[in-house]
Amino acid sequence: MAFYMIGERINGMFKDIGEAVAKFDPKPIQDWAVKQTQAGAAYIDLNVGPTAADRLKSMEWMAKIISEVTDVPIALDSTNYDAIEAGLIAIGKPGALINSCPNERTKIERVFPMAAKYGAGIVALTMDKSGIPLNADARVAHAMELVASADEFGVPTDSLFIDPLILPCNVAQPHAPEVLEALRQIRTLCDPAPHTTLGLSNVSQGTPDRSLVNRTYVVMAICAGLDSAIIDVSDTTMVEAIATADMLLNHAIYCDSYVKVFRQR
Amino acid sequence: MPVEIYKDKFTGKGQEVILGATKEQGGTRAYTVKMGGSSTLPFLFYEGEIPNRPVIAMEVWDIKPEWNPCFEQYYGDVWNDPVAWAKKAEEYGAEVIYLRLQGADPELENSKSPEECAKLVKDVLAATGAPLIVEGPGQPDKDNDVLQAVAEAAAGENIALGVAEKDNYRGIAAAAMMGRHCIIGRSPVDINILKQLNIMITEMGVPIDKVINDPMTSSLGYGIEYSYSTMERARWGALIGDKMMTPPVICLAGPEAWSKKEPNAVGEDAGPGWGDQRDRGIMWEAMTAAALLQAGGDLVLMRHPEAVKLVKKQIDALMVPNKY
Repeated sequence: MAFYMIGERINGMFKDIGEAVAKFDPKPIQDWAVKQTQAGAAYIDLNVGPTAADRLKSMEWMAKIISEVTDVPIALDSTNYDAIEAGLIAIGKPGALINSCPNERTKIERVFPMAAKYGAGIVALTMDKSGIPLNADARVAHAMELVASADEFGVPTDSLFIDPLILPCNVAQPHAPEVLEALRQIRTLCDPAPHTTLGLSNVSQGTPDRSLVNRTYVVMAICAGLDSAIIDVSDTTMVEAIATADMLLNHAIYCDSYVKVFRQR
Repeated sequence: MPVEIYKDKFTGKGQEVILGATKEQGGTRAYTVKMGGSSTLPFLFYEGEIPNRPVIAMEVWDIKPEWNPCFEQYYGDVWNDPVAWAKKAEEYGAEVIYLRLQGADPELENSKSPEECAKLVKDVLAATGAPLIVEGPGQPDKDNDVLQAVAEAAAGENIALGVAEKDNYRGIAAAAMMGRHCIIGRSPVDINILKQLNIMITEMGVPIDKVINDPMTSSLGYGIEYSYSTMERARWGALIGDKMMTPPVICLAGPEAWSKKEPNAVGEDAGPGWGDQRDRGIMWEAMTAAALLQAGGDLVLMRHPEAVKLVKKQIDALMVPNKY
């Protein structure tokens, strides 16, 4: 079982990317695409952010310029599904990731057939209109419904990346252990099992040593079955911790250069 | 009720490696052989693709080896003529010639020079059509000198040079790179060292599609199950996407089998009911090779022509697709 790192850096919320999106300047975006590829990203997240005047057009443009410099598939990150579809068309080949879709029927009916049509995976969130549940069982119930929806719309269950949604530990501390329990159970829902993912940096929002909280939690989560995460792939100590966890769980064969190999996908 | 066959789904596959080069490809071989490239465990055709059948290589030495007398009738007239021996190996069914330059061992009285080795390789290539593997004498400094000269002499032929080990790989990797040849990396039945060696060889610039692994297989009766586990684990690593575990695997079935007591013992040394030494030896080698094929061997090195016939028959049977 490999661990899929989804590189979070191409997001219009970051200043350099935001400016690049506003000015249609490909360089900062392509530089980060290359940098994250070299760091071992399995997917490159693409979020146009708030500065884009036309989200659809920006998504299409960014998907195209990222595809020019890397073969790593793109995770199209938006709540605007028309923009995601424009991105999927611009990418023009299967293997992309739709980020994301909650367990809400109208959204599922829009996203899941689109994933089947373009051969894309889906980051599926264990929440609905009423929000993020606290306990593990409710998260797993959402996951089960998402798995059933995948089956209904012809999306292979191993194209699902179920995100049990971690919240900041400084304001919602009880969620952290519930997410770990949900991760354990989600892996057993079907065969082939869905992947699991987390927007990891959420856990450390507002804490003074974010990197420490992130890498500690990611190792705990990997132990509970997590096999992907949206992360800062340039956080070297975290990537090293992930590589070591992956090796210690006997997912990757040990060799002296195991950390380096982990980055060379 | 129909039986549902459980099928594993893998994300990775073995690396295909081509040995030899024809005239169109810049060499002079009559044909090339392809090894590896499977997307499933050995012979599970119903689960994935197995694009290439296992290959049989036969040993040719540059000096007379100390082999069991039963080989006399096959090689007796060519012990001192490696070129004629190589031609004979082709007649006996060798798809690849495995030339061991034991005569270059610096411990020997008339140790062969790198130039002599290079000339021999050229002569063998001129006399045969099969792709070639050349193994140095196994002493690091001499290996480097000999294989360097061999790599130059065989330029364009896409031979394989061996054997690189963890503490002796740089010179051989450089020779392989310069001559654009393949390289054999050997690890002592140790999956972690095998992976590390592949990393070190490829970091020097040898492409992964030029790397062949010798995981040091054992003989029937002498821990072959340990070899089996190592090979299975390596293949499994490749199938789950570990690129450094993908090279095809060669198994020295003949030399391993014949170095043991059972195939050789005669008279009082042989146990009760052991039967005729010749037949026993052939079976010992053939069974060793058969087990190593099941373990995932992509090339088996053989010694006895009768064992070669048996193993070829076995490969024919194993390569019949068992799709459900």
